[in-house]
Amino acid sequence: MFEVYFPLLVLVFFATAIAVIMVVLPRFLGKKEITQPKQTPYECGMIPVGDARERFPVKFFLIALVFIIFDLEVVFFYPWAIIYKHLGLFGFIEMMVFVFILLVAYLYVVKKGVLEWE
Amino acid sequence: MLIPIIIMVVKVLVIFAGLMTCVAYMTYAERKVVAHIQVRKGPLFVGYHGLLQPIADAVKLLFKEDFTLAGCNKIIYNLAPLVTFIPALLAIAVIPVGDQITVAGETTNLMISDLNVGILFIFAVSSLGIYGLVLGGWSANSKYSLLGALRSSAQMISYEVSLGLSVIGVLLLAGTLSLNEIVKAQSGGILDWFIFRQPIGFLLFVTAAIAETNRIPFDLPEAEAELVGGYHTEYAGMKFAMFFMGEYASMITVSALAATLFLGGWSGPILPPVVWFLLKMSFFLFSYIWIRGTLPRFRYDQLMRFGWLVLFPLALLNTMVTALIAIL
Repeated sequence: MFEVYFPLLVLVFFATAIAVIMVVLPRFLGKKEITQPKQTPYECGMIPVGDARERFPVKFFLIALVFIIFDLEVVFFYPWAIIYKHLGLFGFIEMMVFVFILLVAYLYVVKKGVLEWE
Repeated sequence: MLIPIIIMVVKVLVIFAGLMTCVAYMTYAERKVVAHIQVRKGPLFVGYHGLLQPIADAVKLLFKEDFTLAGCNKIIYNLAPLVTFIPALLAIAVIPVGDQITVAGETTNLMISDLNVGILFIFAVSSLGIYGLVLGGWSANSKYSLLGALRSSAQMISYEVSLGLSVIGVLLLAGTLSLNEIVKAQSGGILDWFIFRQPIGFLLFVTAAIAETNRIPFDLPEAEAELVGGYHTEYAGMKFAMFFMGEYASMITVSALAATLFLGGWSGPILPPVVWFLLKMSFFLFSYIWIRGTLPRFRYDQLMRFGWLVLFPLALLNTMVTALIAIL
């Protein structure tokens, strides 16, 4: 356990340290001349209209939902793939049933037009 | 007890320093190769043929003004580059860069950590980078940033499914998640490489990996013609650079992973294993730049349709066919 996870912790420490240095150091090194135009978000040179945090297309939300279903499916594939040689034909048929059920869901998603972008 | 710990820390330092150098010189290589593809010369003046350009860039970026926007959420705005950058550096930990070596009586693998769930660790860590993009795009309170963040998150999660599925063929053949074992399974010679037994899996993996790292032709999040700059529109200086360094680090990780899974990792004749590993990785990195210099960009609807309606069913089919062949 120790020899597997200790180096990972050391790596996390180094990566975090260098990242924090990179964010904090320019605060002290760079010059400070904050002006009002510099602080406005870019909108093709015009004065920004309204707030950016408005409603956005529900499409992105649907994609996220579909992702959760199919990514979970992929996660189930991993342990199956590792012990597949021991499972043999049983494992294959089991997975075919699992994939078939998800394929029905996939076809439903396609039929409903979730993946069509107009 | 002390010597193994010292060896561990030294290994982490060497591989981490190597990764950071690769990231820095990847920016140089990209500018140089793209320049030559376009019959220009690229960086030429800082050092011999511009070889010190990355260092000059880093110093310049450190001295840039550090400011935040009026309407933005300051904590999240400053945190987002960290959230993208740190996980991108972690994934390299489980990739074996060379054979076993013996130092001071201790035999050790040339990898930071021989995790038995190596591939899962890489996917888990690299998925975390998406949070950085979403938070960075949302926090700036700019419309272009928000649109870019939405697009990139939708794109990355879409292609992640195919990326995860495309390696299952390799796992079926190797029967393990540890990358060290996968390399050993294909160390018998060039014909043992999984690219020959998983050609479709290889193509799927490379395609999904390019989309996952937001590179041309799938660089919709950064589509400068329509979105100005995507999720990092409102970032400047070092924080802007950190998004890109994260991107380059994940390119390097994905290239190393592709070399490990499909091209036999560090195994090879005559030359030392580390050299073989770097050569195979560089091949993929060069291809990245080559593709960037050659192909135009997808349209967003084409991109999503390709990911879900072509890549995903193909990856599923490839997995089931591999399983069927493995059982026969």
